[in-house]
Amino acid sequence: MPIFRSHILVCGGTGCSSSGSQDVQKVLRDEIAKRNLDKEILVVQTGCHGMCEMGPIVVVYPEGTFYCRVQASDVPELVGEHIVKGRPVQRLLYSVPEDASRVPFYKDIPFYGKQHRIALKNCGYINPDNIEEYIARGGYEGLGKALTSMTSAQVIDEVKASGLRGRGGGGFPTGLKWSFAAKSPGPKKYVICNADEGDPGAFMDRSLIEGDPHAIIEGMMIGAYAIGADEGYVYCRAEYPLAIERLKTAIAQAEEFGLMGTDVLGTGFNFTLHIKEGAGAFVCGEETALMGSIEGRRGMPMPRPPFPAVHGLWGKPTNINNVETWANVAQIIVNGGAWYASMGTEKSKGTKVFALTGKVKHTGLVEVPMGITLREIIFDIGGGILNDRKFKAVQIGGPSGGCLTEEHLDLPVSYESLTGAGAIMGSGGMVVMDEDNCMVDVAKFFLEFTQRESCGKCVPCREGTKHMLLLLEKITSGRGTMEDISTLEQLAEMVREMSLCGLGQTAPNPVITTLRYFRDEYEAHIRDKRCPSHACTALLRYEIDPETCKRCGLCAKNCPVSCISGSRQEPYRIDQEKCIRCGTCFQKCPFGAIGKN
Amino acid sequence: MSFSAQEMVEKTRKIVAPWKEKKGGLIPILQEVQKELGYISTEAMETISKELKIPKSEIYGVATFYAQFHLKPRGRHVVRVCRGTACHVRGSLAVLEKVKEITGIQENETTDDLRFTIEPVACLGACGLAPVMMVDSQTFGRLVPGKVQGILDTFR
Repeated sequence: MPIFRSHILVCGGTGCSSSGSQDVQKVLRDEIAKRNLDKEILVVQTGCHGMCEMGPIVVVYPEGTFYCRVQASDVPELVGEHIVKGRPVQRLLYSVPEDASRVPFYKDIPFYGKQHRIALKNCGYINPDNIEEYIARGGYEGLGKALTSMTSAQVIDEVKASGLRGRGGGGFPTGLKWSFAAKSPGPKKYVICNADEGDPGAFMDRSLIEGDPHAIIEGMMIGAYAIGADEGYVYCRAEYPLAIERLKTAIAQAEEFGLMGTDVLGTGFNFTLHIKEGAGAFVCGEETALMGSIEGRRGMPMPRPPFPAVHGLWGKPTNINNVETWANVAQIIVNGGAWYASMGTEKSKGTKVFALTGKVKHTGLVEVPMGITLREIIFDIGGGILNDRKFKAVQIGGPSGGCLTEEHLDLPVSYESLTGAGAIMGSGGMVVMDEDNCMVDVAKFFLEFTQRESCGKCVPCREGTKHMLLLLEKITSGRGTMEDISTLEQLAEMVREMSLCGLGQTAPNPVITTLRYFRDEYEAHIRDKRCPSHACTALLRYEIDPETCKRCGLCAKNCPVSCISGSRQEPYRIDQEKCIRCGTCFQKCPFGAIGKN
Repeated sequence: MSFSAQEMVEKTRKIVAPWKEKKGGLIPILQEVQKELGYISTEAMETISKELKIPKSEIYGVATFYAQFHLKPRGRHVVRVCRGTACHVRGSLAVLEKVKEITGIQENETTDDLRFTIEPVACLGACGLAPVMMVDSQTFGRLVPGKVQGILDTFR
């Protein structure tokens, strides 16, 4: 095997790729070849580093120099300076937002400082398309240990001891779930990986599969051994083409290495794994709907019991876990359940990956120990609010979650604490909002989503979400009454109590929490016909300040409904009756004379 | 891309063939048909029904349940503006409005010259780059309405 003096890692995740990392990689390889350095320097394409905002990301090892937003045109300088002369290129290093000082090394960047990476251990370090790199990082050791030195009951006990709970949102203890499927009789059982990551604002499953597909495969095989299954499915969204491709490559390599197929490692254990592409239905993230979709039917949830552990895919006992849950399994087997249980809180063990997005300085994927506070996540890791505006709320858990406020910033994050405050862990989406975001609009936004994605099988969800949405539309357009708020509350309670599956049961959460913490905003929309955040267009008023107006007439020329009048002699004014609040004049005015109210 | 009724039947038959003895084939078949024909035609649904011996109503039910399947021909380029939470709070609605203004069509519609179709999408999972849009399989991040025209111009 050739020895290289330096490795250049280029992120090939979806985020960095859309920022141009494929070009960077190509130019980099050409440049290295041109300078005859290809015997000394190895260019590696890795998975996601999590800091997608700063992409394309390039890391140079052994030093661990971290370059951000690298473009193809930067490559000759990077190679010439860093690789040839050993001088890091200062202008491409990470810059601290507070004082613009440069941080040269990966390990010193505040974004990574408080993180603790278990599930994301290999993401960004290895080439996901090369099984040997995974094995070099301890990969398939867990499978080997389980198959050769543990009984299936011991594997389940180890997972139980770890305290690992379902990372897809439900938080059900994983070891217990496995033990149900293990107890179900029958020669044919299935394991399924739920990679139908539908929550808007969450992308950890995508990054995990793209960055470390073998970890998921290994976890699934250990699970299959534990419950006695010999066949598995990964149900992945079709919107994630790169994840599907990487997974296909990984499966083929595992088969080639004898780590999958018949008689794995000579132990008599057999396993085959299939990939099923989803077809675009949010409800398919619900386990019974997901199995229906694999079977080729409409993805509609079924009442439980019977649970999948007894009557699952094609009527056989089945164990379904989420991508992130599977990604933790192999390391629990290698390091022991006690090791995993040493992190986190009393009831929520280990770490959780969050997708930190919205109005924070550093958006991206962060993996933190359970029990960390929201403040640490948003301000220490995320760097605070974009443009140093004021923090208003953080929406946790996607459309099924809720909005938490400033008073919750010091809340230690765990399944229990979030549920207690009205949000849920969910898949781990964390969308930060500042004072420009209207909470009624946010609630409406989520309701639009759940209403559209409701499968239509049960009445409370199908009709209830529709009527809640109509009420929210009424309020945001300025036609609401105070009675609408109590109707909303009643409806929310009804939909929550009576819906068949998790989609409906949690759909009212955004409404319930915004009503609880931001009731005054609802009331302002209704009583004062005003949106305090200037987000609801129907309630906006555009006005021209006669003092600042230079009478250029650009606004009147661009107004699509000709509601602005004026001349060189008199300042322009807007006819509020005719105005459609499109905001064109606001954008066109070169003097900032038009204000929003 | 347009095919005669006969061609559609033949192409569909070929796609169905390997699934005849296997279970769970309907969704992969529909995905393959859509890739091949551009949409799920009546002829295709009738053929699948005959070959797999399942009622047409069931196939229609599945095809209309999932957002990915289309029963009408689509444009050469599919534009998806992400309407996820992260993109929403960073202004994706204005980007979508710009796309509609430039193309002159609404969501789920196709331009007369079959150049563009706008499709709604709940989340593209590239939240770190919000707001994001996808044209065919290319993703464009950190958008502002002013960048839209330039991007669409590159898709003929």
